Amino acid sequence: MTGNTQAPDFQTLYFKISRALADYARCIDDDRLEEWPSFFVEDCLYKVTTADNHREGLEAGVIFANSRGMLSDRISALRQANIYERQSYRHLIGPPSILSFDSDGVRSESAFMVARIMRDGTTSLFATGRYLDSWRDADDVLRLKERIVVCDSSRIDTLMAIPL
Amino acid sequence: METAGSPASPAPATTQPSWLAHWPEKLTRVPYWAFQRQDVYALEQERIFRGPAWHYLCLEADTPEPGDWRTTFVGDASVVVTRNAQGEIRAFENRCSHRGALICLDEKGKGKKDFSCVYHAWTYDLDGTLTGVAFQKGVKGKGGMAPDFKLSDHGPRKLRVSTMHGLVFGTFAHDGPSLDDYLGDEISRRIARVLEGRKPVVLARYTQALPNNWKLYVENVKDSYHASILHLFFTTFELNRLSQKGAIIVDESGGHHVSYSAIDRKERTAGQEYAQQNIRSESQYRLADPSLLSGFQEFDDDVTLQILTVFPTFVLQQIQNCVAIRQVVPRGVNESDLHWTILGFESDTPEQRLARLKQANLVGPAGFISMEDGCVGGFVQRGIAGAPDQRAVIEMGGAMAESSESRVTEASIRGFWKAWRAHMGIANPAPAAP
Repeated sequence: MTGNTQAPDFQTLYFKISRALADYARCIDDDRLEEWPSFFVEDCLYKVTTADNHREGLEAGVIFANSRGMLSDRISALRQANIYERQSYRHLIGPPSILSFDSDGVRSESAFMVARIMRDGTTSLFATGRYLDSWRDADDVLRLKERIVVCDSSRIDTLMAIPL
Repeated sequence: METAGSPASPAPATTQPSWLAHWPEKLTRVPYWAFQRQDVYALEQERIFRGPAWHYLCLEADTPEPGDWRTTFVGDASVVVTRNAQGEIRAFENRCSHRGALICLDEKGKGKKDFSCVYHAWTYDLDGTLTGVAFQKGVKGKGGMAPDFKLSDHGPRKLRVSTMHGLVFGTFAHDGPSLDDYLGDEISRRIARVLEGRKPVVLARYTQALPNNWKLYVENVKDSYHASILHLFFTTFELNRLSQKGAIIVDESGGHHVSYSAIDRKERTAGQEYAQQNIRSESQYRLADPSLLSGFQEFDDDVTLQILTVFPTFVLQQIQNCVAIRQVVPRGVNESDLHWTILGFESDTPEQRLARLKQANLVGPAGFISMEDGCVGGFVQRGIAGAPDQRAVIEMGGAMAESSESRVTEASIRGFWKAWRAHMGIANPAPAAP
């Protein structure tokens, strides 16, 4: 990113982030939601917000979790407690832009589109936006320290059960 | 119309439609066509949304300075809320009095001296008064408005505005009851309990698009019967460990209600230990991170939940430390928008603020205890599609719309229909003889 000597690192990083993004999408879309928290470090921050709220610096999210435990709880609630019609997502995540990388970690941004497929076959564009990510490289695996999901629209159809 | 909280039916601007005569006599039945017919929707807009009801517009804090403005909705009508040079809050239709275009195209802004319609530059001051018409005198003596055209004869309709504990309400009816009379003492006190004397801070805003008629969502909010049946989050994770007592309050008009639950100290000391042991054996599920609900003592009572509605479409919610405003906006017969405003307060410590951010997971489109409310109205809308002549059965807890110590009742839903009928010009059943 800054000089030739760092070019290989950058390429490796780009590859690793791309792989993590693809695995993340596949995990959710394959309904392996119990594995979803493992993409995050223990003391993570995951927030789903809107472009308007993000721009204005409003703190609360549509979803807010500041621990991996809260992510697990969201999945067990979906499985055990919450009532909603059967549905699935199809994520398309664009290539990452690496915003910065240094000894503290890596920051990247990627665009996403998520289609929602309802049990009756209705397929609609459910959300578009961008992932603002901060990664930690641990044991050769990148995990999310922070993922801010900034939805372009502030209008969410019916409910958001499955995470983005 | 002048009596507190009991709007008489307004003099109908249109003749009484024949379908109103087919309305069931009792409050316990509601025909499904009420959620399906375009003519019902249109009459609601006229008699409720443009009639003598008060509607939540925004927070006072949304327009703190002169020249600040925000757009909102009263039913179908787009409305501009401003703070004028004198520091007073004003509201008027977002409709140019020339050819009807929107005056404001955005949601909010600051530093306005006046508004100019983009179409033909008709200009309005912050009170919504027409102050200028482009080329009113024509150009070089030709064209222009007729000589007898008076600016003061034209302008978007202005709303009457009133505030309560930081909330701004408006009504198109200039001769109806005051906001205080409309709400009544009990409802006003319960709003004060949550908001009085504190400066709210908006923590988030978002909109949930509901696939159903607006009344189905309002019925759901007023429905204290469904809470422990549809919403399983608390029971699955055994989060209602303390014995709760509660009640519902239905105001005299029927249209406003409060449902609350509070810690029952007596029960708690009597059997808390036993109860906890007992509960632990019932479910295998526990939260991995119970800090979701680690709140703080915010109110000087033991009320952990207070859901308050103001007829027709305003909700003030306190679920533990999660305080939010919900504004229901009809978007046609089969759709509505639910505008959420999640609140904190200026006095919050960082720890208190974090607790609110966590508890905000309980509500909204992804809310652990309210996501179901986003879809259940759609289940009804789809369920009744082929049954316009069938009727909902709203009989739990009797036939009247009265306050109740039990929440296993549909009294506040009947109350909603009582107020709806009064506005729509349908006679209500007489109260039962004592």
